Amino acid sequence: MRYTILLHYPEATPESLGEEAWAEGERAFSAYAATLHAAGVLVGAEVLQPSTSTTTLRTVDGALQVQDGPFADTKEQLGGTFVVDVPDLDAALEHARQAPNIGWGAVEVRPGALYTVDGVWTPNA
Amino acid sequence: MTDVRARAAAERAARDSYGRLVALLAAQAGNVALAEDALADAFEEALTRWPDAGVPRNPDAWLLTVARNRIRDVWRSAAHRRSVPLPDGSAGAAPDGARGRAVGDPPAVDPFADVDPFAIPDRRLALLFVCAHPAIAADVRTPLMLQTVLGLGSAQVATAFAVPPAAMQQRLVRAKRRIADARIPFVVPDRAAMAERLPPVLEAVYGCAALTWRQDGRDLAGEAQHLAVTLAVLLEDEPEAWALAALVTLSLARRRTGPFVPLDEQDPAGWDEHLVAEGEAYLRRAYRPGPPGRFRLEAAIQAVHTDRRRSGATDWAALRTLYVALDAVAPSLGGRVALAAVVGRLDGPEAGLAALPAEPSPAFQPWWAVRADLLARAGRRDEAVAAFGRAAALADDPAVRDHLATWARVTAAGGPT
Repeated sequence: MRYTILLHYPEATPESLGEEAWAEGERAFSAYAATLHAAGVLVGAEVLQPSTSTTTLRTVDGALQVQDGPFADTKEQLGGTFVVDVPDLDAALEHARQAPNIGWGAVEVRPGALYTVDGVWTPNA
Repeated sequence: MTDVRARAAAERAARDSYGRLVALLAAQAGNVALAEDALADAFEEALTRWPDAGVPRNPDAWLLTVARNRIRDVWRSAAHRRSVPLPDGSAGAAPDGARGRAVGDPPAVDPFADVDPFAIPDRRLALLFVCAHPAIAADVRTPLMLQTVLGLGSAQVATAFAVPPAAMQQRLVRAKRRIADARIPFVVPDRAAMAERLPPVLEAVYGCAALTWRQDGRDLAGEAQHLAVTLAVLLEDEPEAWALAALVTLSLARRRTGPFVPLDEQDPAGWDEHLVAEGEAYLRRAYRPGPPGRFRLEAAIQAVHTDRRRSGATDWAALRTLYVALDAVAPSLGGRVALAAVVGRLDGPEAGLAALPAEPSPAFQPWWAVRADLLARAGRRDEAVAAFGRAAALADDPAVRDHLATWARVTAAGGPT
């Protein structure tokens, strides 16, 4: 069963955080990915650029609106995702609690419904 | 055994058997709602078949077999739907069957293959851990336990929680869907996870008992005790579970109907001696060397009160020791207020008033009741009358309200202070 672990945290830069803390964060993310990979559960992961680089599209009154910035302007932003394939929620929670941002943000665990294999939807199970 | 008791015991045995079947079916299917539906179908079939064919030698095995086949039917039809290709472009719209196992997807291996219906394993403990899983909202954990493990109807559960039946039904349905969709595993946590996972289970069982102490949940009082004892028996060797069983049993022993009488004015002759003995036996099973946990302290406090039956007097000094220890292990406003009342008995009402925490906000009924009593004992009549009035206004239980209102009048009239 696939679960997506979504990491939400206040955005920072090497300048705002300090070079040393930033490097520490990078090491933590590397170690986390390596741990999930070694456990044989990591399907894929992605760390996102800051929400200031985001472009949001939506239709307003039938017209396409392209907007600079994230979908929701909140203090904590989606910063990265890890997809894991594990037997059940307890296993997913066990991996989620090791997430590097657990001390300074929220970690969301969400079971997948469908995923694509060669462009074809496959039920998650 | 009285008739009423015999009937209650028979009913409970029947519902225990129901709980065992639900637990096993749900554990194998990973889906509580599917298990309940299948079992309901099995019962219905029994009602049409057994009158003619006779009751089978092992009714539980029969029900399990029928329910299990029903679940397999659901899986087969889900698999059939799954094999029909999705129409083009519909994928994004989450087609039927896109919600994990919630709709009853067949698992890769038939989980019932190894189950011998004539030796039904007891999976209720795993079900209790599922009901109180951290991913399940705290306010639905106790209702889920009552419905699935004890087999109470959702209307009955709704009444106990003073929630409209439709709202309770919806909460239960949502929680069960979540168990299946997020795939919460039906397992008893291993030793490493137990320390983290057991407290919410104890808390939910305690919540069920507390509900019956606070309001008119009299029908549920025996259920709460049965649930606590079931948990302790299933866990076998968990001291806090036995302590909780002791706490709930000793409280049940003092249960009474009619007007409210404060604990230290109750006539011990009216307490149920069998339940007192049962509760004390559980408390002995909870004993371990080393510092006691929260429920052992709370049960010991109850045992000090019920011991008045034997000794004729309340051991206030022992209560002080226990409440001080409780405050260290599990500090709570209720515990501090109770400690102040005990200090008032030992060191005088002014000392009790000094031991009361600062006036809590929002208002806390026991704080006002204890303060009123201490003020009255200290001879501060006007303040006592006002505090009794406040305590009465805050009480949920009409019997408690009447009692406090009477005291307000007695004190105002210069009564026994």
